[in-house]
Amino acid sequence: MNGESTGSAFVLLLRRDLILAFRRRAELMNPLLFFVLVTALFPLGIGADPELLKAVGTGIIWVAALLASLLSLESVFRSDFEDGTLEQFLLCAHPVSILVLAKVLAHWLVTGLPLLIVAPLLGVLLDLPGDSIKVLMLTLVLGTPVLSLIGSIGVALTVGLRRGGMILSLLVLPLYVPVLIFAANAVETAAAGLPITAHLSMLGGLLVLALSLSPLATAAALRVSLS
Amino acid sequence: MTMSEFFHMGGYAFYVWSSYAITLVVLVLNVLVPLRNRRKLLATIARRARRARRT
Amino acid sequence: MNTIVRLYHQMGSPRYFYRYAGYMIPWLAVSCAILMLAGIYQGLVVAPTDYQQGDSYRIMFIHVPSAWMSMFIYVVMAVCGAIALIWHMKLAEIFAISSAHIGASFTFLALVTGSIWGKPMWGTWWVWDARLTSELILLFLYLGVIALYNAIDDKRTAARATAILAIVGVVNIPIIHFSVKWWNTLHQGPTVSKFDAPSIDVRMLIPLLLMAVAFKLFYAVVVLMRARCELLERERNSQWVNELAGPE
Repeated sequence: MNGESTGSAFVLLLRRDLILAFRRRAELMNPLLFFVLVTALFPLGIGADPELLKAVGTGIIWVAALLASLLSLESVFRSDFEDGTLEQFLLCAHPVSILVLAKVLAHWLVTGLPLLIVAPLLGVLLDLPGDSIKVLMLTLVLGTPVLSLIGSIGVALTVGLRRGGMILSLLVLPLYVPVLIFAANAVETAAAGLPITAHLSMLGGLLVLALSLSPLATAAALRVSLS
Repeated sequence: MTMSEFFHMGGYAFYVWSSYAITLVVLVLNVLVPLRNRRKLLATIARRARRARRT
Repeated sequence: MNTIVRLYHQMGSPRYFYRYAGYMIPWLAVSCAILMLAGIYQGLVVAPTDYQQGDSYRIMFIHVPSAWMSMFIYVVMAVCGAIALIWHMKLAEIFAISSAHIGASFTFLALVTGSIWGKPMWGTWWVWDARLTSELILLFLYLGVIALYNAIDDKRTAARATAILAIVGVVNIPIIHFSVKWWNTLHQGPTVSKFDAPSIDVRMLIPLLLMAVAFKLFYAVVVLMRARCELLERERNSQWVNELAGPE
């Protein structure tokens, strides 16, 4: 990576991660299956009354997306940590936060984007109206990158730990709360026919904040974890 | 207020007194734990030093 | 000016800090006890019965200061964490982790007393009130810091990792508060929260402030005690600690 610009390093890392992820295609399905399973469990748990499902459907889908995102987070740094590549990232001349951004983007393309594609199907499962599903997609587009970005901080802090997965949830879920609140509420408000520009602006604001600040925190956390 | 009024707390005795009791317990624990830790630590360090001196 | 600078540098030295903290603890403890007794007396005996809530409102004298402390301590923890990361000050690391357990305790107290207060007022043991929900999330943030610290073996790495977590947390807390408050107003309607006294009688304000100061002093006492323990553990191989442990 010597002599290349940071931009090309970014693209290189992105491509590398995507290629590596697609080599293990079976693993790609896991978060997706989890997403569908969890959503399907709810009607079994709370009863299949269509009115009830319509009322809580968007919340269920969002919580399931949140949990699926959490589940898939480990893969962001785990394999690179185990074979020493992560240390090389810290040593190279490019700013670590840009490299982190590349890895998180790859992670989102591989785990967040599929959620977006499957979400409408789940909306149908829970008998949500078409407009609700559209707004759901919009909130997922804005929200899932935030989940990946914030989650990467937690993963960076726990990557060196043996049972890191357990603590990861405890660290990251409280930070996910604002995203969940604004996103789930946006869908509910839209279903009531009211404008949702405020909600979308909040989500957009969270996205911008996460994009600008979380790579820095993740980079600092990686340095601490690998020291 | 009279003594009985004080304990009765206008009918809310259970709520008021349980709150204050739980607070007392939590505060006391917060004091006792570091106190006990310090004693244990000093004992452990002294024991180690004694062992090191013997070898 | 020189004495202050000298004092500052001495405070950075573990050995001096241990000794000075040992001197300060009894004084702080006595002041804390006096203020707390005064506050409790004022709150339980002197303050008049509220015409709306009867005597149950007296829980406020614990609930509100606990909630204030839970927020205050988190900020202190994050600031100490930042100092530790930027200037590599060992004592800052120690203060940060020593604060975590106390902060979690106060958050727990705020939740429990809030819940107990809610029962006679709102009829249920738990309400998804904005303040209680925020306190619940704050408790999880504290527990996350404590869990992360305990999971990492090397104390210095653990301190730096928790410092980052604390800073990320402190940035998120206003966002979380705002989102929860916003969520709550949508689901509850514009009812005034019973936890916020709209205009407070001065006879009720005095015990509230007394308890607030007493709690701050309590925090000072316990954080110094915990810091001394943490210091002993870190410096257990040094000579001054071994001398302290006892002559053989």
